[in-house]
Amino acid sequence: MLATMVKVSAQQPRNVEKTGTKTPAKYGFGRTATLKEISLLDIDVRPDGKGLPAGQGDALKGKALYLSKCAVCHGNNNTDFSTAKLPAPMLVSDTSAKSRPKAIGNYWPYATTIFDYLRRAMPYNAPGTLTNDEVYSITAYLLHANKIIKQSDILNAETLPKVVMPAKKLFIMDDRKGGPEVK
Amino acid sequence: MDDKKISRRTLLGGVIAAAVVPMKATFAKEIQKGLPLDEEIREDPTKVIGLGPSAVGKRATFEAPIRKFSETSSRTPLQDFYGTITPSDLHYERHHAGVPNIDPNQYELLIHGMVESAMKFTLADLKCFPSVTRLCFLECAGNFRTGKEELTPQDVLGLTSQSEWTGVMLSTLFREVGVSPKATWFLAEGSDAAVMTRSIPMEKAWDDAMIVYAQNGEAMRPEQGYPARLLLPGWEGNMNIKWLRRLEISDAPYMTREETSKYTYPVKDKIRMFSWEMDARSIITYPSYPQKVQRGWIEIRGIAWSGRGVITRVEISTDSGKTWADANLQSPVLSKAHTYFRYLWSWDGSPTEILSRAIDETGYIQPSLKQLTDARGAGGGYHMNPVTAWQIKADGTTWFKPEKA
Ligand code: HEC
Repeated sequence: MLATMVKVSAQQPRNVEKTGTKTPAKYGFGRTATLKEISLLDIDVRPDGKGLPAGQGDALKGKALYLSKCAVCHGNNNTDFSTAKLPAPMLVSDTSAKSRPKAIGNYWPYATTIFDYLRRAMPYNAPGTLTNDEVYSITAYLLHANKIIKQSDILNAETLPKVVMPAKKLFIMDDRKGGPEVK
Repeated sequence: MDDKKISRRTLLGGVIAAAVVPMKATFAKEIQKGLPLDEEIREDPTKVIGLGPSAVGKRATFEAPIRKFSETSSRTPLQDFYGTITPSDLHYERHHAGVPNIDPNQYELLIHGMVESAMKFTLADLKCFPSVTRLCFLECAGNFRTGKEELTPQDVLGLTSQSEWTGVMLSTLFREVGVSPKATWFLAEGSDAAVMTRSIPMEKAWDDAMIVYAQNGEAMRPEQGYPARLLLPGWEGNMNIKWLRRLEISDAPYMTREETSKYTYPVKDKIRMFSWEMDARSIITYPSYPQKVQRGWIEIRGIAWSGRGVITRVEISTDSGKTWADANLQSPVLSKAHTYFRYLWSWDGSPTEILSRAIDETGYIQPSLKQLTDARGAGGGYHMNPVTAWQIKADGTTWFKPEKA
C-alpha cells in the first residue's frame, strides 16, 4: 500500500481520479433524497434560529417537566451543589465566569444549543421522546434557573435565538497554526 | 473526561481479570507479559502434533493484552505494542451514549443542505466509489492523565490508537452531490443515542477527510463506528463522527453541545473553542511503570505523533531533562500517524528520569507542563500534551512522574 507513494512524508491520499483513468463528473451512485426523508432527520438548530420548529414553552411548565424527567440524574437544583453526587452534570449555576459548577449560566455561549441538545439526546434514558413544546419549556426553565431569562418569558422560534448568553463573550476561536510558539 | 459519573449506564459489566503479570527472562525481562493459561502447552512441542487449522485465529495463550475501560471509555494498552498498528480489538473507545447496533443493509447516509441535489447513499453505494487507504492515528482531545506514580502508558495516554482505514474521500462525495461553492461548514451527525453532532469547516472536506468503512483491512468494528464513520486525519477524536447518518452542508457552524460545553478549555480568562488539530506529543512505552530494568543496555521505545503533519524529530533525555539527543525514527514516517522511535541507552544504575519530546514539521516542539500552564493558566482540560517523565529508581523500578500544574 505505502510502497507506491512517492513521498512517504506526505501521506495525503490524493483522489484516485488523478492517478489514472478519466474522472466522470458524476458517478451515478446513490439516489435523490425526498423532502420527507430529509425532514425526518434534519433536527439541528443553528444559533441564528435556523431549524427551530413551531411551538413554545415557558419556565413554569418546564420546571414541572424537569422535576419529573430530568432531576433524577441532574439534581433538583435546590440542594447544596458541593455535596451532591449525581450521575450526570449539574446544569445550573449563575452567570459569573468564576462561579462553579461550570454550567449553562457561566459556560454555554448559545441558548439554541440547549434546545438542539435536549431534543436529540435527553433524557439520557429515553432520547428523542420530548415534544417540541416540552423542549421549549425545559429550555426556558434551564435559562431561568441560570438567571438568564425571566420566569414569565415565552420561548419560541422567534425569541430563543435572541437570548444573549453571558458566557458568549468568553469564547475565542483557536488561532494556533503550529510552529514553535506554545499557546 | 466525565469518567467518574458512573452509575448512569450498565452497558459494560464485569471486571478486568488481573491476568497480566511480568515474566522472568534473561533479556528484556519485563517486556513480554502474559500468563500460561494451559498447562499442556509446557510439553515439548517437538514431541506432540499441534492444533490444526481453525476458522478464526487467536492470540497465543501466553498473551493477554486488554483495554482498561470505564463506563464511557476504554484505553489502548500502548505498553504492549511493538509497532504502530493498534490491533482492532484493542482500539480505544470513547462514546457518549454507548455503541449502537446498526444493520448494514438498513444503513443510509444522507447528504443535504447547500447542494445541487440532496442524496442518500447505502453502504454498497459508498463502496462503489473510488476507494483510498491511509494510516492515521485517532486521539481523544481529553487524552492525558496524571496524579500518581502508579500509572502505565495505557493509563496516561491510552485514548489514542492507530489503524489503516479504507473508504471514500469526502471530496468525491461532495462533488457527487454538487456542494455549493458558497458552503463553508458542514454538520456531521451520528446515529447513536447521543445523535452526536459536530460542525466541520469545509476546507477539511477538500483536504483529506474521508468516510471510511474498513479498519485494518476488514469491516470496521462497531466501537469505531460500524458501518461507516467520518475520518478527519489529525483532528480531535470527537469530530470523527461514528455511525455517520447525515451530513448537512451549511454556511455557518452549528455550535453544538460538543463544540461549546465540551471540547473547549480555559485559556487565561477566556474559553478556547474549535481546537481541531491534535498537537504533537510522544510517550515512552518502554521502560515504563510497572516494569523493572537492569543496569546495562536498554532500548528506550515509544511513539510520537502530530495532527499537523509528520514527526521530524523525537528527542530523548536520560538525565531528567538536562540534555537531549535524537532518537531513531522507524520509517516510513507518515503524516498524522503514530511514529515509532527507539533510543539505545546504557544505564549505570543511578536513579534518573527519562523523557521524550516530539517535534513536528511545523517546527512545533512538544511543551513541558509548565510551558502549557504558563501559556494557558492552570485550568487544564482538553488538548493537554505535555512532555512526561518516567522515574527510574536505583533498584530498577520505573514509575510515572506526576507533575503538578
Ligand atoms: C438517566 C440519567 C439522565 C436523565 C434522566 C437525564 N439526563 Fe441529561 N445527561 C445525562 C448524562 C449522563 C449526561 C452527559 C452525557 C455525555 O457525557 O455526553 C447528560 C447531559 C445533559 C446535558 C449537557 C450538560 C453539559 O454540561 O454539557 C444537558 C443540558 C442535559 N443532560 C439535560 C437534561 C434534561 C433537560 C433532562 C430531562 C429532559 C435530562 N438531561 C435527563 C443523564 C441524564
